[in-house]
Amino acid sequence: MSIDWTAYPCAGFYDELIEGGRARPHAVNLVEHLGGLEGTELAARQEAANLAIKEMGVTFTVYSEEGGAIDRTWPFDIIPRIIPKSGWDRVEAGLKQRVEALNLFIDDLYHDQRIIADGVFPAEVLAKSVNFRPQCVGVSPPLGVWAHICGSDLVRDADGTIYVLEDNLRVPSGVSYMLENRLVTKRVFPELFEDYAPLPVDDYPSQLFDTLAALSPRPADFPEVAVLTPGIYNSAYFEHAYLAQQMGCELVEGRDLFVGDDDCVYKRTVDGPARLDVIYRRVDDLFVDPEAFRPDSVLGVSGLMRAWKAGNIAIANAPGSGVADDKVVYAFVPEIIRYYLDQDPIIPNVPTYRCMEPEALAYVLGHMEELVVKPANESGGYGMLVGPASTKAERETFAVLVQKDPRNYIAQPALRLSTVPTLFGERIEPRHVDLRPFILSADRVHVTMGGLTRVALRKGSLVVNSSQGGGSKDTWIVETEAR
Amino acid sequence: MLSRVAETIYWFARYLERAEDTARIVAVNANLLLDLPRGVAPGWRPLVDITGANALFEEHYKEYGERQVVRFLLGDERYPGSILSALSGARENCRTIRDVVPREAWEQINELYLYARDELPTGLAKKGRHAYLKHVILGVQTIMGLLGGTMLHDQGYLFLRIGRHLERADMVTRTVDVRSANLLPAEARELGPFNTIQWVSVLKSLTAYQMYRRSEQVRVQRGPVLRFLFQNAQFPRAVHFCVESVRKGLGPLPRNEAALRVAGRLKRNLLGTKVERLSQSELHAFVDDLQLDIGDLHVEIARTWFLPPPEPPAQSQQQG
Repeated sequence: MSIDWTAYPCAGFYDELIEGGRARPHAVNLVEHLGGLEGTELAARQEAANLAIKEMGVTFTVYSEEGGAIDRTWPFDIIPRIIPKSGWDRVEAGLKQRVEALNLFIDDLYHDQRIIADGVFPAEVLAKSVNFRPQCVGVSPPLGVWAHICGSDLVRDADGTIYVLEDNLRVPSGVSYMLENRLVTKRVFPELFEDYAPLPVDDYPSQLFDTLAALSPRPADFPEVAVLTPGIYNSAYFEHAYLAQQMGCELVEGRDLFVGDDDCVYKRTVDGPARLDVIYRRVDDLFVDPEAFRPDSVLGVSGLMRAWKAGNIAIANAPGSGVADDKVVYAFVPEIIRYYLDQDPIIPNVPTYRCMEPEALAYVLGHMEELVVKPANESGGYGMLVGPASTKAERETFAVLVQKDPRNYIAQPALRLSTVPTLFGERIEPRHVDLRPFILSADRVHVTMGGLTRVALRKGSLVVNSSQGGGSKDTWIVETEAR
Repeated sequence: MLSRVAETIYWFARYLERAEDTARIVAVNANLLLDLPRGVAPGWRPLVDITGANALFEEHYKEYGERQVVRFLLGDERYPGSILSALSGARENCRTIRDVVPREAWEQINELYLYARDELPTGLAKKGRHAYLKHVILGVQTIMGLLGGTMLHDQGYLFLRIGRHLERADMVTRTVDVRSANLLPAEARELGPFNTIQWVSVLKSLTAYQMYRRSEQVRVQRGPVLRFLFQNAQFPRAVHFCVESVRKGLGPLPRNEAALRVAGRLKRNLLGTKVERLSQSELHAFVDDLQLDIGDLHVEIARTWFLPPPEPPAQSQQQG
């Protein structure tokens, strides 16, 4: 089969591999190679990939009352997304800049709140933040870093500009799929690696371990690190187990730990209590300590906040770091970067209207059919209005909601997300993608080479979530000179 | 090793052993009944007696018929000791410790559970029952073999052995108790040949017949059979062997004094009794004592090495 790329329907969008019916320079080898394969061969490779994923047990968990826990494999598309290194360097620098500023911002909010005193960030936004934790005020975590693991979602608009769509500072997930996707591609497309040398991603677990180890309150060569999971019924349980295994540290649940009279955290082991230094928590902060937060939580450890404030345990991400994980705060990130770093943002935000500002509110109410309106603290696409796809009645309902609580809403123009060629049986069609790189911060800052590309498998869909028909792709950062 | 992981491995092993033991007693009963004259055949009720779950059984079934008992023991998910429930329990436990259990073994337990569930109708039909039970027994043996041959022989493996042998000791004592109580009165001489058959069945339900012949080299009769099943040190399904395996498992563990003390008492009670001289009622009392010791040993193991039971939230707040 030779693929007719001139008939590949990506007009009006930026395609990551194809431009005007021809391969972009960094994709020439890949596109030629795909063109040399029969449709049946491509389908067979996809089949092999599916099988490999099943064998490797790469799953996400769906829990139902009657069937117990069910592990489902997450759809993977074999055609990689390629990004030239030259463009990526800027993204990497931009992400580092962003996370550095966000960490300074969080630290400031829990201490002097200079940014509010200086009139850059409105006090009312903080007052209404649902992720601000008064229990964290005055705490100084090691190295002044709060968000040690950040997953920022990037999108590319029709003109090729990359924007940050949101920053996930609580418990971002997906990194295990990034790692496994590379392994699968190596299995099913080994010959592609003759033409390309994508920069490796598999050092992530050791980078993560180093990041966590750097936070240890006891200066030792091998601090005791553990991954705290809510348990097997959590949808990301596979990832928790995977990361613990890859880092060679223990996967613990809240009931495995306790806080001693000395305010140190201990694991309950067969050999008796064993002191723990660092917790990589994959439990939402409201659940980490029933003593400090929700008393009904059975996922956490009583007294953990006490131990953390005493400096006897490091917690990543620090409790309270979610305060910067708010769509209204997001709208202020450019100002936050300028305020703390005195720099211009390297990666732009998606233009965002803050409904709390009267002019913006007026514009939003007048242009609802062109905009995406989002509430501050929902995720996964809940409670959102997608203007172009909405009915008049929906827009009217939403207008009332926004006017009632403008602080809680932002609006953005509907983006035309970039596409990547994606395999369906023996056919190749464009599908929309985003990209989630992971940024690790401790004494050093590390950005993954690429990240997790999520792809909306339904035609025309912009929803990339695994629970809603999304899949993923391997993502390659390549030195274009190496060709 | 985390206490929770040790506990999970322990229960994983107990559930697997339970599935195998249950499969064995069901398989043997069917054969036994074929050999006995109708009037004296004990029927299927003794199998439920062995499990001690009579109340639960009677709640859901009207009579102790073959169909009802077999369904209860093979596939009733309301009964936690049924083969299907036990395999499901083993699988769910295994799921949370997949980093400890070699992948091959996980795949095997997964496969075995799915087989037991999907092929249940075959197992319930008289014709398919034998093959079904054999598959379960071999499946469990395969998993145990894989674990022994591929898993780290660390603390986790100790708990695997402890759980497995404690469960087996429990099941063997119950089986001998019920099976011997149902035996024909010794004075009924005209039933002599059948008497032998019943003692053979006691041995067979524990897969002990062949090894009994090799070891004891006397014909099958009450005294030597009881001695063999309780006190033989070489036969893996004899209570003595099981207790020794548990003791060996406890040996390398830290803070094992209390558990070893209980296990020592169990061993003394077991070996200090002339089992062949016990009357039927004395035998029953002897088994009751052993069962209590086995229960005590479990409690001690849990107290020493497993997670403490969760505290009520109100209490933990007071501590803070």
